[in-house]
Amino acid sequence: MSLFSRFYSRNRRYNDISVSIQEHIDERIDELMEEGMSRDEARRTARRDFGNVALLRERSREVWQWQRLESLLVDLKHVCRRLARAPGFAVTVVLTLAIGIGANTAVFSVLNSVLLRPLPYPEPERLVSLHLDAPGAPGLAEFRSELRLSASMYFTFSTHNRVFQSMGIWGPDTASITGIAQPEQVNIAQISGGVLETLNVPALHGQWLTAADQDTHGLGRVMLGYGYWQRRFGGDPNVVGRTISVNSQPRVIAGVMPRGFKVVNYDFDLLLPLALDPVKQSLAGFAFHGIARLRPGVAIPQANADVARLLNVWMDSWTNGPGTDPHWYLRWKVAPALQPLKDTVVGGIQAVLWVVMGTIGVVMLIACTNVANLLLVRADGRQQELAVRSALGAGRWRIARELLLESVTLGLLGGTASVAVAYAGLHLLTTIGPEELPRLSEISLDGRSIAFTLILSVLSGLFFGAIPVLRYVPSRQRLTLLGAMRTASISRERQRGRNLLVMAQVAMALVLLIGAVLMIRTFLAMRNVDPGFSDPSSLQVMRLSIPDTLVSDAATVARMQNSIIDKLAAVPGVSSAGFAASVPMSGAEPNWDQIIIEGKTDDGDNHSMRLYNYVSPGYFHTAGTRFIAGRDFTWAEAFNVRPIGIVSESLARELWGSPQAAIGKRFHETSSQPWYEVVGVVQDVRENGVDQVSPATVYWPTLMNEPFGAKKLGVWRTVYFAIRTNRAGTQTFINEMQQAVWSVNSNLPVADISTMEDIYSESMARTSFTLVMLAIAGTMAMALGILGIYGVISYAVSQRTREIGIRMALGANKSELAWMFVRSALLLTGIGTAVGLGAAASLMRLMRTLLFGISPLDPITFTAVPVVLVAAAALASYLPARRTAAVNPVEALRAE
Amino acid sequence: MAKNPEHRDLFPGALEVMILQSLRLKPMHGYALMKHIKQVSDDLLQVEEGSLYPALQRMLKEGLLESEAGTSTKGRPTRIYRLTNTGIQHLEREVVSFEKMFAGISRVLATAKA
Repeated sequence: MSLFSRFYSRNRRYNDISVSIQEHIDERIDELMEEGMSRDEARRTARRDFGNVALLRERSREVWQWQRLESLLVDLKHVCRRLARAPGFAVTVVLTLAIGIGANTAVFSVLNSVLLRPLPYPEPERLVSLHLDAPGAPGLAEFRSELRLSASMYFTFSTHNRVFQSMGIWGPDTASITGIAQPEQVNIAQISGGVLETLNVPALHGQWLTAADQDTHGLGRVMLGYGYWQRRFGGDPNVVGRTISVNSQPRVIAGVMPRGFKVVNYDFDLLLPLALDPVKQSLAGFAFHGIARLRPGVAIPQANADVARLLNVWMDSWTNGPGTDPHWYLRWKVAPALQPLKDTVVGGIQAVLWVVMGTIGVVMLIACTNVANLLLVRADGRQQELAVRSALGAGRWRIARELLLESVTLGLLGGTASVAVAYAGLHLLTTIGPEELPRLSEISLDGRSIAFTLILSVLSGLFFGAIPVLRYVPSRQRLTLLGAMRTASISRERQRGRNLLVMAQVAMALVLLIGAVLMIRTFLAMRNVDPGFSDPSSLQVMRLSIPDTLVSDAATVARMQNSIIDKLAAVPGVSSAGFAASVPMSGAEPNWDQIIIEGKTDDGDNHSMRLYNYVSPGYFHTAGTRFIAGRDFTWAEAFNVRPIGIVSESLARELWGSPQAAIGKRFHETSSQPWYEVVGVVQDVRENGVDQVSPATVYWPTLMNEPFGAKKLGVWRTVYFAIRTNRAGTQTFINEMQQAVWSVNSNLPVADISTMEDIYSESMARTSFTLVMLAIAGTMAMALGILGIYGVISYAVSQRTREIGIRMALGANKSELAWMFVRSALLLTGIGTAVGLGAAASLMRLMRTLLFGISPLDPITFTAVPVVLVAAAALASYLPARRTAAVNPVEALRAE
Repeated sequence: MAKNPEHRDLFPGALEVMILQSLRLKPMHGYALMKHIKQVSDDLLQVEEGSLYPALQRMLKEGLLESEAGTSTKGRPTRIYRLTNTGIQHLEREVVSFEKMFAGISRVLATAKA
């Protein structure tokens, strides 16, 4: 039966019932009249005997209904009709909720995709990263959060462990691809055997790299990342087996990895075998990330214990060369601290996401209290109706159900509209979100997000619906009484509910505003830090690599780099150029080790680890890094491989007391090197971001004799060129820059083109993202809170018009009356502020990791924000309070 | 609706069987049906309107009855209820089970007396 005919036949049934019952009563009346009653008497008796006709009719009809559902539907119809009669109210509420729920869903989706969803590998819970701590290596923590693995560790660990199903090491790098289109520099991941087995994602086409590819003597094959395969080969599956030129070496393509596959969180273009030669490895060379898949049933503490045992095996099995003590590393107190791979992938973003989620959640609460306030006002208007219905026998539950149904309907309408908001919000979030946001590509609205929206819609509906219900459905008597109080002044009790809501709003808004202001102050503090370079917007940066397969001789590489600088300096608008192995905040990882100081007794115990960088003459001048003492390298010195170095200010002060004293002092990395003379001291550079300490840094020339092994000239082949020009970042300049490079060698790809400003902003992205989110939330909270105060006061004024009239008639001063309302608003704000300050003081501690340069209890913030809030509240209450002055006492009283 | 303590509550299914049995004699409208049961039971059983009409609707829905437009004895428009074939079968099954139940109860009561 179709729905229509079912409803049609139901209407017929309903009609039948009515006809039957009517006839029944009529017949009874006839009978009673035949027994001698008067018509009226008979009618009354018949009615009384029959009982409640409406109820009985309803019962009979219910047989034809899905009872509960239908009565709910009837209520729903009423709700919709009522909402349609108050479109302004309905639209306001639905929009408020749509924005609130949408924002929450968007943030939740990010949280869900980044933090909650498992990593996209099979059985991801068994994946760990091989994190090692070295608390005994002083200084290391200044620039590295961990001790990376050396190749020798890989050989020991992978052969002798008892806890891993498989393990491997890998490192990011770049490579030049030639012969396809223009020479191109691509991101590669160099992987040892065991990496693909550990991650265990099958190849999309072709096959994994095999043990044969890891053979040092052969030329291993490569695998393509999905994005690179699409970009360069148009997704052609026949690419497997073809040869491409990687760093001028022909390599066969073994296979293609599927879409979304990353090595941990590194999105690569090519996978290359590390092809480590076990014969050539020493203990040192801590350069690789390690990952492992635990055997089933093995827990992390167990794995830690096994790795701790293996570290001893490692020191027993390898050496750094004749005459060195393999157990020297005991001083570093190397200890395993394996962590779930997911923690490594998610990293520091966790705190940000939870803070943003919490913030948006509070905004939602504030929005809900505003809606609850609106509903309270509405319920006020319906008091009479509710009282009448109650008197007619509607149960408390029945009335409560209808009120709740209205609010849940509003919640669901808001929730539906919120999906669009969430979609747009998510787009916005992924755009303004920090680029380092891990798993960015995985972010989407999934089933869990939709479920979240649904639950949030219903819960918020119940939440703001419960408040009027609790106020208006306490008992039948009260309702009836309330209905009778039409002419009374507004009762204290009725106002109290709204007052509580306003106080809660003020408190919550205060917390968010304090959070936002703390973030603003953090941002300003970071902006005020001298990063160690100047005017980043006119500093163009690009990365360039000269592989030894292209140019093998080190001195030739240095000359080539020098001519590139000359060509770049000749481009119109360029004032200077230089290069370094790493520019600040770029995330490049040059090197680090200890240094030995001439004349200091080598007790060998507390050698701090120093960050190494390798710079060309003119680099500091170009970057705007100031010399505190001494001078720069010259090109003549660079080509002559003169043993000279530059140190950072903090290092000079630590070792020699002052920058001036450092000039002329000598140091080296190892005793097999000549002494290097300090010719200059430069200001400290915030290498890892402005909120991180400036590591003590040694700057070496890029061309120098290899510190270890046979005396042989070495050169830093992958360098960042820094170019000072007011045309930085423009496409024409980038083209000219590329042409300048190609005029030296047409096989040199240019990569990572950006301005220093971009790198700088990116390093603050986490802070600015949190700042923007908190500022939006704080502003919304403040606006909603102020709106709440305005609403309550203006409603109070309108409700108390009669009282105002009486007071004025009795001679009250107009401005005193206005002050009375402002005072009550200030009282509410004051209490809300006090509560908010207490809450903020404890909550801001949670934000400690996100702050920089200020205390979470920053006194300026904790004074200024309440003052501003109270002032805003005073203004918001004064505007409606002023209206009391316009009240005409006679009219006010007559209106009743 | 007046509650008379002499009128015992009917046990489940009893009202239905009485309605079915009454309508088997001839199709009737609501009021006539009520009067009929009252008369036949010598006023011992009184059917309340509050139960009768919902029960009639239930049975209509289950297909035991059908209703048609008709006129009452006084010539007013009403609905006449009539037994369907399903209703007859249902009634016969119910009567058998009632008889068994009564027989059972009688025996238990007889033993109790002995």
